[in-house]
Amino acid sequence: MNWIGRRLPRLEDPALLKGGGSYVADRASKAAAVCFVRSPVARGTIVDIEIPSDGIIFTGRDLVDVKPIRPILHRPDYVAIGQPVLPVDRVSFCGQAIAVVVADDPALAEDVAEQVFVDIDVADAIIDFEAALALDATPVHPDAASNVLVEGRMRTQGLDKAFADAAEIVTLDVRSHRQSAAPMENRGGLAEYDAASGRVTLTASVQMPHMLRTGIADTLGMPESDLRVIAPDVGGGFGQKMSLFPEYVVLVWLARKLKRSVAWIEDRRENLLASAHGRDQAFSLRGAFAGDGRLLGLDADLRSNIGAFSCYPVTCGVEPLMAFAELPGPYDFAEYGVRSRGVTTNTCMMAPYRGVSRPTLTFSMERMMDVAAKRLGIDAAEIRRRNLIKTFPHRSPTGLVYDEGSYLQAMEVALDAADLPAFRERQAAMRERGQYLGVGLSVFSERTGYGTPAYAARGMEIVPGYEIVDCSMDPSGDVVLRIGSSPHGQGLKTSLAQLVSDELGIEPQRIRIISGDTDATPYGWGTFASRSMVIAGGASKLAAGKVAVKLKTIAATLMETSPDNIELKDGWARVSHSNQAMEIGALARAAYHQSHRFKGLLPGLHESAVYDPGGTFSNACHVAMVEVDIETGGVRIERFLVAEDAGVLINPMIVDGQITGGVAQGIANALFEEIVYDDTGNLLTASFADYLPPTAAEIPEIEIMHMETVSPESVTKAKGVGEGGAIGAPAAIVNAICDALSPFGIELFELPATPQRIREALRRAGVATYA
Amino acid sequence: MKAAAFDYLRPASLGEALALLATHKDDCKILAGGQSLVPAMNFRLARPAILIDINDLDELDHLRADAGQLKIGALTRHAAFHRPVVEGPLGTLLAKVVRHIAHYPIRQRGTFAGSLSHADPASEWCLVATTLRAEMVAKSARGERVIAASDFFHGTFTTALEPDEILAEIRLPIMTPDWRVGFYEFSRRAGDFALGMAVAAAKVEDGTIREARLGVGGVGDRAIRLGALEDQLVGTPASSDVIDSIDRIAREARGMIEPSGDIHASPEYRRDLIAASVKRALTEALA
Amino acid sequence: MPDKRDVTLAVNGKTYAVSIEPRRSLADVLRDDCGLTGTHLGCEHGVCGACTVLVNDKPVRSCLMFGVQAEGKVVRTVEGLADGDTLHPLQQAFWENHGLQCGFCTPGFLMLAAGALQENPDMSDDDIKDVLSSNLCRCTGYQNIVKAVRLAAREMRARTRA
Repeated sequence: MNWIGRRLPRLEDPALLKGGGSYVADRASKAAAVCFVRSPVARGTIVDIEIPSDGIIFTGRDLVDVKPIRPILHRPDYVAIGQPVLPVDRVSFCGQAIAVVVADDPALAEDVAEQVFVDIDVADAIIDFEAALALDATPVHPDAASNVLVEGRMRTQGLDKAFADAAEIVTLDVRSHRQSAAPMENRGGLAEYDAASGRVTLTASVQMPHMLRTGIADTLGMPESDLRVIAPDVGGGFGQKMSLFPEYVVLVWLARKLKRSVAWIEDRRENLLASAHGRDQAFSLRGAFAGDGRLLGLDADLRSNIGAFSCYPVTCGVEPLMAFAELPGPYDFAEYGVRSRGVTTNTCMMAPYRGVSRPTLTFSMERMMDVAAKRLGIDAAEIRRRNLIKTFPHRSPTGLVYDEGSYLQAMEVALDAADLPAFRERQAAMRERGQYLGVGLSVFSERTGYGTPAYAARGMEIVPGYEIVDCSMDPSGDVVLRIGSSPHGQGLKTSLAQLVSDELGIEPQRIRIISGDTDATPYGWGTFASRSMVIAGGASKLAAGKVAVKLKTIAATLMETSPDNIELKDGWARVSHSNQAMEIGALARAAYHQSHRFKGLLPGLHESAVYDPGGTFSNACHVAMVEVDIETGGVRIERFLVAEDAGVLINPMIVDGQITGGVAQGIANALFEEIVYDDTGNLLTASFADYLPPTAAEIPEIEIMHMETVSPESVTKAKGVGEGGAIGAPAAIVNAICDALSPFGIELFELPATPQRIREALRRAGVATYA
Repeated sequence: MKAAAFDYLRPASLGEALALLATHKDDCKILAGGQSLVPAMNFRLARPAILIDINDLDELDHLRADAGQLKIGALTRHAAFHRPVVEGPLGTLLAKVVRHIAHYPIRQRGTFAGSLSHADPASEWCLVATTLRAEMVAKSARGERVIAASDFFHGTFTTALEPDEILAEIRLPIMTPDWRVGFYEFSRRAGDFALGMAVAAAKVEDGTIREARLGVGGVGDRAIRLGALEDQLVGTPASSDVIDSIDRIAREARGMIEPSGDIHASPEYRRDLIAASVKRALTEALA
Repeated sequence: MPDKRDVTLAVNGKTYAVSIEPRRSLADVLRDDCGLTGTHLGCEHGVCGACTVLVNDKPVRSCLMFGVQAEGKVVRTVEGLADGDTLHPLQQAFWENHGLQCGFCTPGFLMLAAGALQENPDMSDDDIKDVLSSNLCRCTGYQNIVKAVRLAAREMRARTRA
């Protein structure tokens, strides 16, 4: 029986369903509670910190020996900025941790924290990143010459000619407002001190446990062997839990200093205030179009607000440099000019959030295509048909090589399912009655599963990318897979078990997967960037494949045939074209207990594999159908379709779950969520009453169709699918809103398209609500 | 986000509760449903020294029709209104409105009286009470007084209640079957506070509006009854040509409010929402 | 140290005697004093619903109730949902329909749905969606949660008839 391709219910679920999940807070009740005192202002000089006499409290002065977090890119245009784990002299954003309190329980810790008085000489904060770019702007960091901390530039030779030849030049200014990944579980860490060994075990809600170990050890100047990092059940991450945060360094420092166990469980206010944000970007695009709608060239000025600090290890280059490299997306054109800057401000640090720059860049390109189509009198689908990549491998203007995909086919499949002719009829009929329906398209590529070459190209000092997997079959024939990847809700253990099952011919239930423990797994990079199924999956398949080769050799020896004649299936090793068979468990026992019989084989069944692929591009087309209430600006999503090509689906149920969840976050990005600061840098959206993740009432049913282009760039034939939903949805929805409002000539270029913004546009267009 | 410490008192009778209120006055807060108070306490935006938990006071847990009024005791939870609590238009209206109040679990704990005492300007029940001219029965160790809705709400989170008083009962006039009712609310997500909303009711006899109620909420520091527009409606035929009147009234409503702005809605946007809400509530009631 | 109160709680058919500060939320009491960590805290201001439990059969936010208020009440948490090794129909439906990913919001959704179905076993699809809009999930996009609750409701009705 083949396990790949089956909608196998997840092996992870029974415990989670019974309340038996084990998240960091569930392990923390015996530890002392840690509370951070946070800066109430965005910028200023610390004059004095008055601490109450009773209570365990530390400030930056106590941690002067701790190195700042200072991620590096080896690029001449990158300015490295250090983030002190607790600052001594100045604060750089509202919410920055400036002192730490330890008490018996969290409420008491808060009581003490309230007694810490911080005297800050407040300075004018730089919040707006366009203002931060002004020539006379004060640098946010005194040791940087300007507020641009990273800048990518390129310009192909024929760009000017492309614009000279253009029949139509489309110019647009796109704004994506700041968002938070807002995982349902906030951050948190438990640092346990072991008196016997002097080691610390940090259990934390993180996506990259090994990286965290390295980062903390470097910062504290301690051997990595003295630190064990465990990522237990993690309640969602979406990128927010990738980075090394000061709080985790402080926790390990405290455990070593106090020689006791301490725990910090972040609350929602802190998570919205001081964890990490993303998507705060302004893109200015000029597209040169031929009269037939072909895009001849693109000139782009991209600005990303990276906040007060650079995130470790991916750095503040993650948004601007991805935008720089991937803006061309699914379109085939040669001439490209781009300037992409990462701008620092006195706001919370930017870090990866599901999709990173791609929701904004897809939004920009797809808005541009719609605007160009209208100007040129071409249908929105048709202009895409004329520009989508059709031959593979495709080399983009920035040198990215796209493997085989189905850009055009995916769009056609989605359009067919959407039944546009019927929709247009209904749209026209409803417009007569003053109801405004619209349909919007979004076609995009998603670069997934990329290994070290992609990260090395960015000039990262720390180059992630590969994964190592250890695969052991024990004497009873059960398997343990130790992976460096660190899933946090994706169901990776189930998908990997299905992969390995097919390699080894045993049921997934017999495969135990160990992840998220630096003492028990090989060094790895964790789960982010739609990489785990491709890379950890690839390494798992390779490692299990080696075990399978060994099993076949043993079976062949025992059954006196050649290994090529052995098939591993349903728990048995069978000799082809014969009745001869042995149970895999018996082979495993022989491998350990009769190893002397297998000449040339090492005893046991333990293999390791590394996989470091170049990367593969998934692609998809989203179609949104919406109704806009022109009196209130409200938007109702009527239908949402996704035609996705993520290669071979290991577990289609899990893949669909990634898509629906991603689309929901994309809808949030399109219509609901926005982190808002006031002019002084004070956060106005510090609760779920003001920061608005959508509920079941706002998310429609997502209709999903699959293409399965088999890529040679992935040993599992799977492509990544973690981010696509979030990437494509904002463009499709806003395109649909603009289609609905086309009678009024309204074009929107801002995310989220809140009811207020939609009404504002209608008002400007002279559409009053009973005025 | 853990509440500051407080002392917790759980009186067994209303008399005992009123005595405690008389003693502690501003130092204490009444805990009924706690669905607004406790979040504020968890953020440490509210830090009462003493909480007086009234959940054991059976004499406050009633909901009955009596002498043409619906009498809502202080412990009546929002969820009690999921199904019509009285026959006729009032029960229908309350069942419609309650669906917009936060969410199902919040409605199991939160109370009608708690909403009014808390006096959030975007509270649905405050709008209903204002528009339908509720009477509030305040009790204290000093006695009992009845406060008209028009005198009860003083502004954002402030009411006519004295520190030693408890809002023991709300009385809503029961509408006869010839009343027609409508409600419309616009919020960002299901269950969020209203950015704009309106309640409309009209008593229609022989095809003509004889009495009208119209109020808006989510703007300014309290719900607003649009008395002048109510007067305009009276005498209007409730037939198909009422549509024109409704449009005119919606237009006038936007001029009668002075909304404030916040991150979710500018004053101008709020005017749009109020006009649309008035139009839709009236249309539901009349068209 | 602020004063503590001795409180007896009835949770999932068991009695817990705890000594707690009045300010301690029911969620914290369940998690830290009773050791029932299946109830999660996602926002502590009543919006996300991860902490939803049943109190006297009604789903409530346990972050918005103090532990001392639960004295004399019957509390049910996710740990009390399954019948021994047999999953509750809601749990089974969540499993079969991929109604969870990271699992953090799951106990809150299960208890929300369990309470709502107890009150009204015949909820319409719209009612179900309305009730489920009470809680936040960041992973699933909700559709499998909605589907799971619909199917579980059907299964529970069928069992009641049988």
